Amino acid sequence: MSAPLVSVRGLAKRFPSRGGSLQVLTDISFDIARGEVVGLVGESGSGKTTIGRCLLRLIEPSAGELRFDNFDLTMLSSRELRNWRPRAQYIFQDPFASLSPRMTVGEILTEGLDINGIGSRAERLARAQVVLEQVELDPSAIERYAHEFSGGQRQRIGIARALALAPELIVADEPVSALDVSIQAQIVNLLCDLQQRLGLTMLFISHDLAVVEYICDRVIVLYLGRIMEIARCEDLYARPRHPYTRALMDAIPSPVPQVQARRHLLTGDIPSPANPPSGCVFRTRCPVAIPACAAAVPSLRHVEEEHFVACIREDLDA
Amino acid sequence: MSASPVLKIEGLRTDFRIGRHAISAVDDIDLVIPAGETLALVGESGSGKSVTARSVMRLLPRKLGMIAAGSVWFTGKDGQTRDLTKLDEDAMRSVRGREIGMVFQEPMTSLNPVFTVGEQIAEPLRVHSGATHSAALRTAIELIGRVGIPDPAKRAQQYPHELSGGMRQRITIAMALVCDPVLLIADEPTTALDVTIQAEILELLRKLQRERKMAMLFVTHNLGVVAEIAQRVAVMYAGRIVETGPVAEVFAAPRHPYTIGLLHSLPRLGQGSAMRRAGVRLPSIPGVMASIADMPKGCQFAPRCGFAADPCRVEIPPLAEVAAQRRARCIRWREIAA
Repeated sequence: MSAPLVSVRGLAKRFPSRGGSLQVLTDISFDIARGEVVGLVGESGSGKTTIGRCLLRLIEPSAGELRFDNFDLTMLSSRELRNWRPRAQYIFQDPFASLSPRMTVGEILTEGLDINGIGSRAERLARAQVVLEQVELDPSAIERYAHEFSGGQRQRIGIARALALAPELIVADEPVSALDVSIQAQIVNLLCDLQQRLGLTMLFISHDLAVVEYICDRVIVLYLGRIMEIARCEDLYARPRHPYTRALMDAIPSPVPQVQARRHLLTGDIPSPANPPSGCVFRTRCPVAIPACAAAVPSLRHVEEEHFVACIREDLDA
Repeated sequence: MSASPVLKIEGLRTDFRIGRHAISAVDDIDLVIPAGETLALVGESGSGKSVTARSVMRLLPRKLGMIAAGSVWFTGKDGQTRDLTKLDEDAMRSVRGREIGMVFQEPMTSLNPVFTVGEQIAEPLRVHSGATHSAALRTAIELIGRVGIPDPAKRAQQYPHELSGGMRQRITIAMALVCDPVLLIADEPTTALDVTIQAEILELLRKLQRERKMAMLFVTHNLGVVAEIAQRVAVMYAGRIVETGPVAEVFAAPRHPYTIGLLHSLPRLGQGSAMRRAGVRLPSIPGVMASIADMPKGCQFAPRCGFAADPCRVEIPPLAEVAAQRRARCIRWREIAA
């Protein structure tokens, strides 16, 4: 197998806060192969967006290595970084907040090309037409403003903007979470089609395990800034190993009434990152925690091919 | 159980003023909720589910929204049935909070940041039943325990910002229940919460409703939540109910093409990777919901409907009885059922 496009090692992020600092990411390591879609799931405050932003160097990591195509992004000068930026793009959650109301769709789509001095004006407009077509919007959209479109159409514009620079990597941060179910399915399908057709490499951030399953090859489950489990999609959903992953799956309300019987609910709240529990950060809500869980932070242990879990309860591996 | 249902909505129409025009945000709404039952009102943004709930509470934006037709029959604690649309504001104020409890989506905006949560839970009790300050506070503390918050006496003295999102929503639930309402209206109460917290809050609402035999009107966009919380469901589209019936039956055999599309487009846990490997896409509903200001003639769902035929574009179909206790607003429901 060829070298991964993205390789994250020991990523950590601390934010300054009153009287010290807040550790929001600890020891995050994972790879994304070319053409692969990796899902990042977890609840609010788990650090998924922070990982996405660190990866695109929109915020500065506190520690760790971010390798992209074999050079370290954290070592780039600001000029090198600027040259690199077209190769990685971001799709945002809120299609209302992420598109300028004062620019036409054409201006939004060509801005990145413009800034990077790519092509003539005519070529840039031609490129805008191509990406509009890729997201299945009418070419006449180019003259209009974002507010003239519905939420789903706006998210298509957001996707088109990310595609305009023909990036190798796309970080999609909850791209369907703000959309209604019937529209969500349209956008999920569009992202699947584009990913396959263009061979995109993608980090797909979502709190919704069911959506992730339709799009991703592999999934990373986060809790309180740490990786709990990494696995190929089909393995994770068939055999979730971490008690947190299981709880997360159990908590999703199912429209099939008989499925509800097997639910095991968690109790209590997610601890504050300002005061995380010792040892395993999930132990305070874990239904199978034992005293040893408080002693040491569990490392990611290999349970089957490409499947890793940060839990010391090996005795529960089924 | 009393003979009259707690809530009976008949032919409700609520108009909104846009410029010089009045536009119906919801129309032709008929709903019945007996004591001890939960009805879920489900639909996508702009379908009119919140407007319906707010019409019952008479909490529409002043001067912009008004009830234009229909009745909202409410049977209170005294067993008297009244039409809420006819009450004056003073009478309505004694219904809200005392007879009808309310829980909204965003707990932080429904709580006052400058009062302790104990005082806020106690306030309706002082206002509506003239309880003394200390008696009301005692009840508040007891209720904080009942909604599953540990150490209630200490929590009662805290301010909303000191609590997590899940705990704040438990506090707003305690606030809604402090006067022992006969009807609880919950408008997307778990939408802002993480799934593990959502599961806890749903469990709590189910438990409290069983204990108190309250009627509940539960507004949500989430079909999974509907299956967890409600006995009956009303699916709304573009301001009208398009299908209604017992949840298990509607979800097992939907009769309206919109309900069918909605259920199909929902990603289901444990199916995605197999579908992906097989190259199968998630079924989706094409197009977008028409704006209430610009409704198509005939069935409002027709432009997005795979079953639509010419007769569908003539007039709005009636809510036809398709089985015992089940209705669907589709002239082709027989063919769909087959």
